[in-house]
Amino acid sequence: MTYIVKPKFHHPALPVNTLGLTHRDYEGSISTLCAGCGHDAISSAIIQACFELDLPPHRIAKLSGIGCSSKTPTYFLGSAHGFNSVHGRMPSVLTGANLANRDLIYLGVSGDGDTASIGLGQFAHAIRRGVNMVYIVENNGVYGLTKGQFSATADRGSKSKRGVVNTDNSIDLVAMALQLGASFVARSFSGDKAQLVPLIKAAIEHQGAAFIDCISPCVAFNNHSGSTKSFDYVREHNEAVNRLDFITARAPIHIDYEPGALEIVEQHDGSKLALRKLHADYDPHDRLGAMTYLQERAIVGEIVTGLLYVDREPDDLHVHLGTVERPLNALSDQELCPGAGTLAKINAGLR
Amino acid sequence: MPITSVNDFVVRFANVNGSGSASANQLFARAVLRMGVPVAPRNIFPSNIQGLPTWYEVRVTEAGHLGARGGVDLMVAMNPQTWDKDVASIEPGGYLFYDSTRPLPPAKFRDDITVIGMPLTAICNRQYSDPRQRQLFKNIIYVGALTALLDMDVKEVETLIGEEFKGKAKLIAPNLQALHIGRDYAREHLTCPIGVKIKRADAVGDRIYLEGNSAAALGAVYGGATVCAWYPITPSSSLAEAFTNHCARYRVDPQTGKNRFAIIQAEDELASLGIVTGAAWNGARAFTATSGPGISLMQEFLGLAYFAEIPAVIFDVQRGGPSTGMPTRTQQSDVVLAAYASHGDTKHVLLFPEDPAEAFEFGALAFDLADRLQTPIFVMLDLDIGMNHRLCRPLAWDDSRRYDRGKVMTAAELDTGKDFGRYLDVDGDGIPYRTYPGTHPTRGSFFTRGSTRDRYARYTEEGGPYVDNMQRLLRKFETAKTLVPRPLRRDAGKPTRYGVIYYGSTSPAMDEAMAELGARGHQIDMLRVRGFPFHQDVADFVADHDFVFVVEQNRDAQLRLLLVNELNLDPVRLVPVLHYDGTPITARFIVRAVAEHLDALKITPLRKVVS
Repeated sequence: MTYIVKPKFHHPALPVNTLGLTHRDYEGSISTLCAGCGHDAISSAIIQACFELDLPPHRIAKLSGIGCSSKTPTYFLGSAHGFNSVHGRMPSVLTGANLANRDLIYLGVSGDGDTASIGLGQFAHAIRRGVNMVYIVENNGVYGLTKGQFSATADRGSKSKRGVVNTDNSIDLVAMALQLGASFVARSFSGDKAQLVPLIKAAIEHQGAAFIDCISPCVAFNNHSGSTKSFDYVREHNEAVNRLDFITARAPIHIDYEPGALEIVEQHDGSKLALRKLHADYDPHDRLGAMTYLQERAIVGEIVTGLLYVDREPDDLHVHLGTVERPLNALSDQELCPGAGTLAKINAGLR
Repeated sequence: MPITSVNDFVVRFANVNGSGSASANQLFARAVLRMGVPVAPRNIFPSNIQGLPTWYEVRVTEAGHLGARGGVDLMVAMNPQTWDKDVASIEPGGYLFYDSTRPLPPAKFRDDITVIGMPLTAICNRQYSDPRQRQLFKNIIYVGALTALLDMDVKEVETLIGEEFKGKAKLIAPNLQALHIGRDYAREHLTCPIGVKIKRADAVGDRIYLEGNSAAALGAVYGGATVCAWYPITPSSSLAEAFTNHCARYRVDPQTGKNRFAIIQAEDELASLGIVTGAAWNGARAFTATSGPGISLMQEFLGLAYFAEIPAVIFDVQRGGPSTGMPTRTQQSDVVLAAYASHGDTKHVLLFPEDPAEAFEFGALAFDLADRLQTPIFVMLDLDIGMNHRLCRPLAWDDSRRYDRGKVMTAAELDTGKDFGRYLDVDGDGIPYRTYPGTHPTRGSFFTRGSTRDRYARYTEEGGPYVDNMQRLLRKFETAKTLVPRPLRRDAGKPTRYGVIYYGSTSPAMDEAMAELGARGHQIDMLRVRGFPFHQDVADFVADHDFVFVVEQNRDAQLRLLLVNELNLDPVRLVPVLHYDGTPITARFIVRAVAEHLDALKITPLRKVVS
């Protein structure tokens, strides 16, 4: 692979956000993924979400594991620090990074192999600790870089490009995230940017463990008939439970929906989510109900998408650990070292 | 003839794990210490919670020999399970103290030792009705008996009981009562004192008495560590737990009551080092504590941290390997594993503390080295140092000392237009500059990865930049040689052809062995290695001698392998002396092994044959 330099010039009339930045300031280098890859659409949704939220790009840390999806942080937020870590180990690295500086936004990007196979343990433990992060799985059910092997999220009965039928049960990461206590759980589809962008924005604003399972078809190895992760299949079986219009605290709320069909969810930081219900009975604050509903729909072959669960009062690992407000990486020598006087007392107590 | 000795003997307590004996045994050891007589206690314990045999050995040594001695002069045999072995292990002329409530056939004893029976169970049953009290106070009662048998100052034990139960005053009186029940019974019914005695002395000085794991954890506090991620594993768990306790005392913001630290008990060792890596990448000082099996699991992150150049501190409290090996026994058998951890060409920096004082010192230093060298630093403890109380010099800290955060480029420096290349060697020492995430809106960001990249952190698979980077990493390792603690050399009184290299917990046994060999007329120069990569002094030391013994606590002569490999030495001149049965190395072992070799080496020196 060669390093392609992306030209910096852009159209003078490009819209700017409140930081005076254009969409282009949130991009990274040119993608080296296959043309039409779902992952590129997700990168583009991340770019749009961060632009619309007026986030300074350098205050975001983007972390990933290994695989096609884990390459994508190079392709967005070029002025943010990135960490392409070890296969399946992004969750632990992100956890450590988050502990060191609670003031940055942590964006973890992973794939289904990276999260559901080699990294299943780390995924589970980062979620159950409540690390304040956005954890996106770009889920295509297949190992792309190694040419098309099934991953652990491939549905039982789905067919590989070579015609092999998967006989193993699949892992439903959304079900796991719900069980493990993620305080924000969503599923989306790379082909539905209108749904995905608000979900990413809401997940970023959410002050807790936010998990997004994003079905992202692999155009090279998993977009054929017989696959349950192809563009056609997902479009046919996509059942959105709600539509999210993310609203920040600063923006005025204007409601143009049927009364009763819209719910305003106030988040801990004062930001608000406008949630348009598509299924009258679906309650995104009912963890148990969400788990049951998802299982029921999965049996009939539906892929349920939307904001599936959100905790109105989330907390996170720093709250659990009672850490100081200032980032640990910014504490001074004096704040960290008890000094010689204390040591003399310690010595005296050891005689 | 019964052994007679003042302030120089070994007492061993044979107990059942979980019977509450540990605190009574420690009380005994501390009382000796308070009488001004150095002690070297050692736990010999099973991988078990309750029921299996456990021993506590106290070497009483006015001369200050803190290594294990071997052999037992007084056995306090409280465990019927191990009776035969315990009785057999007593030195001829030694003493056996046992619970004589249940009569034992004469065949269960030996003729060449002094047998002291005391009906401990009967006494306890008479005195207490609660079964737990019977068990716990039995331990204090035998300590009381020992104070009479060994002619100890009982006031020191009384004072210690008062200190131990400060705040739980109602426990003081019953413990004192039990102590005196034992002492009075012994004075009335047994011949007191016996041939081995403790006499007040002034040989402890200002030394302190603590466990290496606790000292290392305190080193981490003083070294500025804020993030600790760990997974429970013997014998390192008490290091992370000690860090937790130290932080609760010394790292809580007095204004807000909030913590200036974050401790995660991770799901495994792999995640532990992952968390450390992420935290250190983001500018916090972070460490993990583990043992050999944990290091095995951490290999992939060690490779990443080496190649992506991320600081990390790993306390490896070594135990007997391979695999689960001997989880509760001591060895120095992770040396090669740590030095060359992970796939590909890697080398890591190791520190070898000899005792708790150095565990503290190197524990704090490791964080400076990790930041300065931007690489993992191993602090190689072992179970013998980590989990035993050891007498050592007081811990010291200079308040004018500032943390060395290494080469971190700031926003102000980036604003001046300074060239930032994450893997660019601007100073010729192989160490590049890094930036913390979030430093500057437009400058200084980079992508960290375990794959090849050029000097500006841009992905590449070209051979040229790859080799350039690997060569720089070697230069950085050269720089490390000047930064790790230098070896300490101690020459014999007279010029000699022989030297000995040793490290870590072998130290006290080595000091004692050299004194003994010296007394026998053997002149041997000593060099204690304290860090890897090896300083030039190590190469010079080997060059100065025809033969150098390399004394280690593993089977495969692992430090010797590093010496041969890294310094290009002739292996014939490095004579391995290896002790690896899981018990701490003893002076007796070293003296015997070295003396045998010296006899065997009385041949024409190799150099003369060659020339």
